[in-house]
Amino acid sequence: MSTQQSARLDVDAALRNARVIVCCGSGGVGKTTTAAALALRAAEQGRRTVVLTIDPARRLAQSMGLAELDNLPSRVAGVDGELDAMMLDMKRTFDEIVLAHSDPERARQIFANPFYQSLSSSFAGTQEYMAMEKLGQLVAERRWDLVVVDTPPTRSALDFLDAPKHLGKFLDGRVIKVLVAPARAGGRAYLKVVNAGLAAVTRVMTRIIGAQVLTDVQQFVASLETMFGGFRDRADQTYQMLAAPGTAFVVVATPEAAALREASFFTERLASEGMPLAGVVVNRLHPVDGVFADDGVGAARTIAAAEELEAAGTHPETAALLRLHAERATLARREAALVERFSRAHPGTPITPVPAFPEDIHDLDGLRAIGAALAG
Amino acid sequence: MPAAPPVEARRRLHVVTGKGGTGKTTVAAALAIALASGGRRVLLMEVEDRQGIAQLFDTPPLPYEERPVAVAPGHGQVVALAVDAEEALLDYLDMFYNMRRAGRMLKRMGAIDFATTIAPGVRDVLLTGKLKEAVDRGAKTGRRVYDAVVLDAPPTGRIARFLNVTAEVGTLTRAGPIKTQSDSVTRVIRSPQTAVHLVTVLEEMPVQETVDGVAELRAADIPVGHVIVNMHRQPYPIPARLGRTTVRAGLRAAGLPADKPVLDALLAEAADLRSRIALQERERIELDRLGLPIAALPMLTGAVDLGGLYRLAETLAAQGVSRSVG
Repeated sequence: MSTQQSARLDVDAALRNARVIVCCGSGGVGKTTTAAALALRAAEQGRRTVVLTIDPARRLAQSMGLAELDNLPSRVAGVDGELDAMMLDMKRTFDEIVLAHSDPERARQIFANPFYQSLSSSFAGTQEYMAMEKLGQLVAERRWDLVVVDTPPTRSALDFLDAPKHLGKFLDGRVIKVLVAPARAGGRAYLKVVNAGLAAVTRVMTRIIGAQVLTDVQQFVASLETMFGGFRDRADQTYQMLAAPGTAFVVVATPEAAALREASFFTERLASEGMPLAGVVVNRLHPVDGVFADDGVGAARTIAAAEELEAAGTHPETAALLRLHAERATLARREAALVERFSRAHPGTPITPVPAFPEDIHDLDGLRAIGAALAG
Repeated sequence: MPAAPPVEARRRLHVVTGKGGTGKTTVAAALAIALASGGRRVLLMEVEDRQGIAQLFDTPPLPYEERPVAVAPGHGQVVALAVDAEEALLDYLDMFYNMRRAGRMLKRMGAIDFATTIAPGVRDVLLTGKLKEAVDRGAKTGRRVYDAVVLDAPPTGRIARFLNVTAEVGTLTRAGPIKTQSDSVTRVIRSPQTAVHLVTVLEEMPVQETVDGVAELRAADIPVGHVIVNMHRQPYPIPARLGRTTVRAGLRAAGLPADKPVLDALLAEAADLRSRIALQERERIELDRLGLPIAALPMLTGAVDLGGLYRLAETLAAQGVSRSVG
């Protein structure tokens, strides 16, 4: 295969040595399955492991005992070792933070505010932030030797890393300062506090979104403000933990241009942030190792042979097999070229190829097979 | 021949959604080309700051500006636009309030970023508002600028929420300009002018999301068009029972190596394809239960280039996805 020039990712070494493994990559590349397979393999090699999944396929979730969303890790049955698994409940995680950082009365007010409901259930960055928050909590519990996390299915793998910064930028923004000004200055004194330019902004906002909405926003921001410091601190701590020794990022991709481009961005970003990249997993490859290759028989020769047999009409089964093989060989060549381009652009980045499995993975045996393929 | 449908019942807004990795941008582009053939003008829009259209057509990143990206057979034209929520808001302020300057000030302060963060529904109203504007542009003068608009939409998991802006915004505000705007967007999205197409591949997770997505769209009263099965593998005429002796004889007849590793590998490839096709068939039954028209697109073996897009466009047109009536 084309990955010969790159070192192979030593998955078992990573599973032995890491305390946190973060699986990232763009949507639809098999992050959740990879995370679950890594966690299962680590557990069966004797490490107490927990896996935090974000959005597993239903049958895979069932096989891991994740049928209900209780936002707590629970033991996976049928594992030769200790494996806990949990599925992230974004809203519940947010609610728990609010409860932990405010008194019951204030928490009740926050929960009732329409903006909290909207932010906690659909803010594009909330899922990333809450995944990070949950990861921090699991590590802090010290119950496990290894925590494996799947990351949310965002358009870009980078969103996971950007979420805490985005939140910080949001909380430190000028708009928030304007909005919380009346609470600090005491209600009506608001307009005297803000300068004329800001008053103009408020007028514009009132006209566009209406006075009631503006009041709701102000109340919400004011009630959250006391918690801002806590949010920011924990986001920073988790971010530092991700950069610390003991963490290993595994970038997951498929042999497609778009997925590998995302993997490229992410690899570069990790390098520039000084974050530890263990390597890149390329899922769903269609290798054709061994067939004809040693004999120098390429796709063109295979198709020619199929045509010959078809014309003669003597061996229809073999002709069909040859056509199938030629198509696969073409696909394999294209995939190998894409992977090779990636590895040339990132020399020294370990790559692990994982072949496509003909069936979806939805039980522990399937995960074991993936784990074995990952370890090579 | 049946009479042409009344103008307002004609499909002109095609929303293409799909799980990540199913090729929704490719399908959206192919559909835009199919709709543009025969001399029509079609707008292909994206809303997720991904620059997926530019990458697909191999052009520099698209600015917030409508630009021709492809021609279609019979002098048709596909124009592309990458919509940005902030720019859409400035447009909107300009159009309805004549307040572009105030908008720029809001932008400098980070107010727009703030608003779209704290109330993601607002962002969706802005993006779908631009969509509606493009669909309706020129309607009043009777000379529509675009014959059809194709949206490369957010993924299946978020599509109903994205399109159902009235419900999203309704929890935040019951009156006022945002509400009025979202109501007018909803009227267009729920009308027969619109069809949401769901792109999937015949695998468990994408099919499950498609089934869930259709249920959510139906619950929100949003018209669903086709389910488009992408990267579909044609069954090969491979007999269920392949004898090693037969295959070996065939390979020898063709002058190819026929040793054990070769035979093993070829038979394994056949077995692999058979289980894939069996899986496809099981998932296909799930999709059939939806009672929706299903179109299939083949897997392109080469890179997705313009030639490939034209081929996909023809395949979509032949299966009725670009028809102007549902």
